[in-house]
Amino acid sequence: MSDAFYPRDLNWHPASYSPKYKSTALRSPRKPLLAFPNTLTEKSGPVFGHDLIKEGDNDLVHNYAKAGESAIGPRIMVHGQILDENAKPVPNALIEIWQANAGGRYRHKNDNYLGALDPNFAGCGRTISDAEGRYSFFTVKPAAYPWPNSENAWRPEHIHFSLFGSGFAQRLITQMYFEGDPLIPLCPIVQSLSDPKAVEQLVAKLDMPAAHTMDRLAYQFDIVLRGRNSTLFENKLEGN
Amino acid sequence: MIKNRPHKESPSQTCGPYVHIGLTPNLVGIEGVIDQDLGMSMLSDNTKGERIIVKGQVFAGDGTVIPDALLEVWQANVDGLYDGEDFKGWGRHPCNLETGVFEFETIKPGSVEGQAPHIAFWLVARGMSMGVSTRMYFPEEQSNADDPVLALLMDEPARLNTVIARKDGNTYHFNIVVQGENETVFFDI
Repeated sequence: MSDAFYPRDLNWHPASYSPKYKSTALRSPRKPLLAFPNTLTEKSGPVFGHDLIKEGDNDLVHNYAKAGESAIGPRIMVHGQILDENAKPVPNALIEIWQANAGGRYRHKNDNYLGALDPNFAGCGRTISDAEGRYSFFTVKPAAYPWPNSENAWRPEHIHFSLFGSGFAQRLITQMYFEGDPLIPLCPIVQSLSDPKAVEQLVAKLDMPAAHTMDRLAYQFDIVLRGRNSTLFENKLEGN
Repeated sequence: MIKNRPHKESPSQTCGPYVHIGLTPNLVGIEGVIDQDLGMSMLSDNTKGERIIVKGQVFAGDGTVIPDALLEVWQANVDGLYDGEDFKGWGRHPCNLETGVFEFETIKPGSVEGQAPHIAFWLVARGMSMGVSTRMYFPEEQSNADDPVLALLMDEPARLNTVIARKDGNTYHFNIVVQGENETVFFDI
């Protein structure tokens, strides 16, 4: 049976209550978390097969576009590898993303920003990592946009990522930022992370060798999920 | 024994206000991208076990509902197994965006390796820096008295009660309080 996950480093994750991110004020658990050893419930998880995904699900440029048309904005590929804390690739991870369009607007009835909707862009897609944990999305670069958190607060350009590994306790939602964006350090949500290295882990790097000439730039974004503490096999070459 | 790990887990960031675009696009009117939102239905015709309904709301620190909360659940089948064959065991259940009520049909799970029957919950919402985990237990279960997780809360009956549903026929009412005096017990697992 599967091994237990390493304990989570809660100081590496954002604090539940992060005062600069105003919405946490009434939505942050304050009582001590109850810790206990992983049981089968935490170690196991649903399996998402590759048959779940149809061709084009990872192509946000076209998955909502009319035939022969495409989304407006800088065309990019976002790709990378899903690893665990042991540096082992995580195959068959379900990866779901969502984002604003190239004008900083979400396709959502609650988003009233001035940026225009793009009739050819929904802003969501999904894929499953391959045997080496690799994934890729084809999309347009989202724009930064203002939000009502505080005076002149802007979200940096970002893509939301939802990750499903092999165990329910591995479940993770995070955001990907873009290398060189000067809004990153100004963002109250980014500032909910106390360690600059944690922020750095969420910044995708421009990947020129993976760019396609006269087509699209590429960004590399590797993601790390919790690893399993498989001490039983630590003296063996395989099994970890 | 904990080994040194070469990598740190990627840190969490809030799902924000538009999580449904990514996880349940059809629910927010984005049609044609995926055929059906994932995890909306947990049962198949072959699923064995007693059909139940689980229903509740998620509350913020000021007692208001959090209609944008999105829950995922994971549970064993009637035999206490997570085998995913005739019963996937996983569901994704967004709260109603107007009323904040979540409701899903499933089966009552069996005991898992000496634990009382339970359904694992994970939920995210705008304003939550990270997804939180808890469990729902069944009030009629004698085996709750021997459950190793509930045992950790035996000295705090008010806290213990936050993870036990209220039964009404075949419906189990289970509210989750994210913050405040009656805050649900969340896990570090």
